[in-house]
Amino acid sequence: MSVYIQNFVKFKPFLKELVSRDVKVKYRRSILGVLWTLLNPLLMMTVLSIVFSNLFKFDIENFPLYLLCGQVIFNFFNDATTNAMSAIIGSASLIKKVYVPKYVFVMSRVCSSLINLMASCAALFLIMIGMRAELHWTMLLSVVPLFLLVVLALGIGLILATIAVKYRDVLHLYSVLMAVLMYLTPVIYPMSILPEWLYHLVMINPLTSILIMFRDVVIYGRLPGLMMFLVTAAEAVLCLGVGCWVFYKHQDGFIFDL
Amino acid sequence: MEKKVIVKVEDVSIKFSLASEKFDGFKEYFIQRVKKKITYQDFWALQDVSFEVYKGETLGLIGVNGSGKSTMLKIIAGVMKPTCGSVKTSGVIAPLIELGAGFDFDLTAKENVFLNGTLLGYTREYLEEHYEEIVEFSELDQFMDVPVKNFSSGMFSRLAFAVATIGQPDILIVDEVLSVGDFHFQQKCEARINRMKENGATILFVSHNMEQVRNLCSRIVWLEHGRVRSIGDADELCREYQEAE
Repeated sequence: MSVYIQNFVKFKPFLKELVSRDVKVKYRRSILGVLWTLLNPLLMMTVLSIVFSNLFKFDIENFPLYLLCGQVIFNFFNDATTNAMSAIIGSASLIKKVYVPKYVFVMSRVCSSLINLMASCAALFLIMIGMRAELHWTMLLSVVPLFLLVVLALGIGLILATIAVKYRDVLHLYSVLMAVLMYLTPVIYPMSILPEWLYHLVMINPLTSILIMFRDVVIYGRLPGLMMFLVTAAEAVLCLGVGCWVFYKHQDGFIFDL
Repeated sequence: MEKKVIVKVEDVSIKFSLASEKFDGFKEYFIQRVKKKITYQDFWALQDVSFEVYKGETLGLIGVNGSGKSTMLKIIAGVMKPTCGSVKTSGVIAPLIELGAGFDFDLTAKENVFLNGTLLGYTREYLEEHYEEIVEFSELDQFMDVPVKNFSSGMFSRLAFAVATIGQPDILIVDEVLSVGDFHFQQKCEARINRMKENGATILFVSHNMEQVRNLCSRIVWLEHGRVRSIGDADELCREYQEAE
């Protein structure tokens, strides 16, 4: 075990450089540069909240915020897992030539998405101030569901990256799956409109409970149930465990399929 | 004096499965599976290779193309795992296998120094400390803020070599990289490798240039079709090898 930790410490600077490269390259040659990381979600959210507070009205109090919270969570999951999936394939030239622990590439993709997530959260906060929404102290607890979300995404990302090396089909299949998953997560609709059988299906999705917890602490200022937290945490940790195991089992074979 | 073994290669074999039909996706895989068209042909790139490298020596690997030299180096560097057998190494390994593998073409030379340096396991502080040295060695001081995609191949290799050879590794793996750059730069590279050698680094060297092999190496492992043909004194084996060709 200590060997793994030592190895991780040795390659931590590389992980940092990879993440900073991702952020830099994305906004290279733009005048505002890295500022776009914050500006992009902020503009997007402004448009959405104007549209949804004037054009469409649902029976949910503060619907724009409800929607934005859903989007922040879901977009991160989508972004992180999709990027992680191509992490190994995309780094083929490196993996074939130099020794690097391969999970570093998957982690770097998830970390880059995490930076975008933090920017989105900052933008969400600004929007809330702009809309004069009530700010609750429980907001500080939003790091808990976000942390679970990152753990979950990393686990799924490791599994996807492993599969994608052998079967490139998942790269295309996954975007369809994500569309399905988006409707199985209460991003734009309230849970109350669901018929019973569908309700249970939606509740199985770990993203749902993460999202419910996130909304609880950010919009409604209340603490989520302990049971829900424990179940979700168990799901996320299990997912990461399975991810690590699958990845570890197959990583030595990657080089033959790249 | 007792010689210390720094790399121990024991009965290493590596197998590549060459699928008779290449498939990249589920659909083709299932169709061909049903048709029973997939047969795997095993190809052993290395078989029962064993040798030892002593601390401070320079060992050359020779053999014709496809004899398994580069595969052997990749196994020692940890890029590949052998199918059976084991490789034990002690100390820091600096692989000069393919230069500039970790470069990002959109980043500037300076940013690439840090990206590639950390890839090789150096910390950022260490790289900052040696930054001047890297710039000086690669002779690229005016170009450090230019994206690498605008570099010529010579400039590219110079930068890559400079980054890869900072510090004092215990084991240096050199695979055909001394053919980079112009004559002047090649000499500088050789001088640098010699300096590392004097400081006690162990060097594993692959080249088709027999002149270089004879100059640098003290012992040689001759590979043929993935097996060790012979191990021995550099001068002797070089002569034999050239005669065999």
